[in-house]
Amino acid sequence: MNEKRQRGRAKGVALELNRNAILYFMAVPGIVLLFLFNYLPMAGVLIAFKNFDFADGIFGSEWAKPIFNNFNFLFTSETTFRATRNTILLNLTFIVCSTVVAVGLALLLNEVRHKLFKKSVQSFTLLPFFVSWIVVSVFAYSIFAFDQGILNQLLGWFGLEKVNWYNTPKAWPIILTLITIWKSAGYNSILYIATLSGVDTSYYEAAEIDGASRFKKMRYISLPMLKPTIIILSLLAIGRIMNADFGMFYGIIGDNPNLYATTDVLDTFIFRNLRVIGDVGMASAASFYQSFIAFFLVLACNRWANKYQNGSGLF
Amino acid sequence: MTNKLGRLRLSDLFISLSVLVFSILCLLPFLMVIGGSFTDELEIQAHGYQLIPKHFSTDAYQILFVQWKVLVNGYKISTIVTVIGTAASVMICAMLAYPMSLKRVKYRRFLSVYSMLTLLFSGGMVPWYIICVNYLHLKDSIAALIIPYLCSAFNVFLIRNYFQSLPEELSESAKIDGAGEATIFFKIVMRLSTPVIATVSLFIALTYWNDWFLGVMLIDSSDLQPLQLLLRSIVSNIMFLRSSDAAARMLSNSLVPSEGIKLATCVMTIGPIVFLYPFVQRYFIKGIMIGAVKG
Repeated sequence: MNEKRQRGRAKGVALELNRNAILYFMAVPGIVLLFLFNYLPMAGVLIAFKNFDFADGIFGSEWAKPIFNNFNFLFTSETTFRATRNTILLNLTFIVCSTVVAVGLALLLNEVRHKLFKKSVQSFTLLPFFVSWIVVSVFAYSIFAFDQGILNQLLGWFGLEKVNWYNTPKAWPIILTLITIWKSAGYNSILYIATLSGVDTSYYEAAEIDGASRFKKMRYISLPMLKPTIIILSLLAIGRIMNADFGMFYGIIGDNPNLYATTDVLDTFIFRNLRVIGDVGMASAASFYQSFIAFFLVLACNRWANKYQNGSGLF
Repeated sequence: MTNKLGRLRLSDLFISLSVLVFSILCLLPFLMVIGGSFTDELEIQAHGYQLIPKHFSTDAYQILFVQWKVLVNGYKISTIVTVIGTAASVMICAMLAYPMSLKRVKYRRFLSVYSMLTLLFSGGMVPWYIICVNYLHLKDSIAALIIPYLCSAFNVFLIRNYFQSLPEELSESAKIDGAGEATIFFKIVMRLSTPVIATVSLFIALTYWNDWFLGVMLIDSSDLQPLQLLLRSIVSNIMFLRSSDAAARMLSNSLVPSEGIKLATCVMTIGPIVFLYPFVQRYFIKGIMIGAVKG
């Protein structure tokens, strides 16, 4: 009986695949690519528990003895702690600051009546989003370089002493935050402007009749309208807090150990172990540790997002 | 009444001024680098980067064009990767998105979840690298710069959302008229979806043009360096200058404009983007708004 039902189900699957064969066939390239570049690496996290040998591959290499061997050094190393702390703190700062600026920009732009002016501002603020981190690193260098940088020139005009920015780790959390804002504010504000353009104008008209000032309207109508978007986007960003933007950090900081104290993040730490030092065991253990925590963070943040507003999480 | 009007004007002024300042700050680094690339090297050395050069000079560009082979090769690699990558990737993403968007496809939920999971979870850099190099042999080839980015679930969902907004009766009536699924997709659905296809193409093209992660990870040969990687090696050392006799002779009696060359290469890298920007940014803004409807 059971067997019969199973056969019946298999028949159903075959029937469906047959009926829409071309449609399923179209999906195959995408499915294969996602499998190769996303699912295989997920299974590949096993490598953290193996004595990796390039010749034997991930699945053929022998298990590490003891099984957590690769992790021993990881969790006794000060660098791991530093990279974790930097990743989380910098990402948090980026999320908060860039959200504030993007929302502010959207609120202000929403008040601009002149169409051409509004469009021009939007184009100019979006432009940084279009350039690569390498280009940004050249921009950063032309501002912060010791001898030729604009910032030190400015300091000179005010009679202040030059600062060797590329040897001042303390300054970089601020600099990187400013760069993040510069690069993403225009892009992020588009989402908020889209939300604002959907707000019923009768709210504003009613407030106007009651004599509300412009800033009151922004504060008590526009901002609350943005609140759900802000919360959802922030939650989704917090879910990815363990993953730093490798392109940004490696592009701007590169291999400058003077700045590692405040700017070495998990991704650059893993990259260095993998490609520069060549310690695959250490790199894979760190990579596993990062993915492991990120996994639970994503689940938790998604749950919070759904709790806050049903259906707003990604799943 | 006049008082109120006056106040309104003041707030207008405040708002316009603050967004204006912010957009100038966004533009400033671009102007600085362009200005710097036309500045005389001696002036850069003595006074630092200038927004408006006092002594206009095209030395940096001249030396760059002496080395035109390197630059042209970089452009060639970047262009090939961007063009092939974008065309293939849009096709693959749309083909995965299409069955996901149709109610008559029974396992569309499975396809969606399968794609969604890749957005949420990742195995991290190390397994990814080893899979690419050890198993897929993506190393030191043009393919290594293209294939890993071909299918992005994010773009798949952008396209799916748009497909879902098209009425399904459309393809069903075409089916009754005897059109095959492939014909319906290529001749009807894709043509009706130009806005989203244009936007996603832009996203993908930008990703390929600006990417250097794949280059850093998978490319060792200098012949295969895309433009971004070339800029990076120039930033880290002006080595390639010394390798050229012509450039060395040209410079034998003068100062090597190393700072200028860096800035000039940077300008050459962002050139195509800045040039195309006015035409494409409208689609971009529209496209993000399409995507904003759901996540």
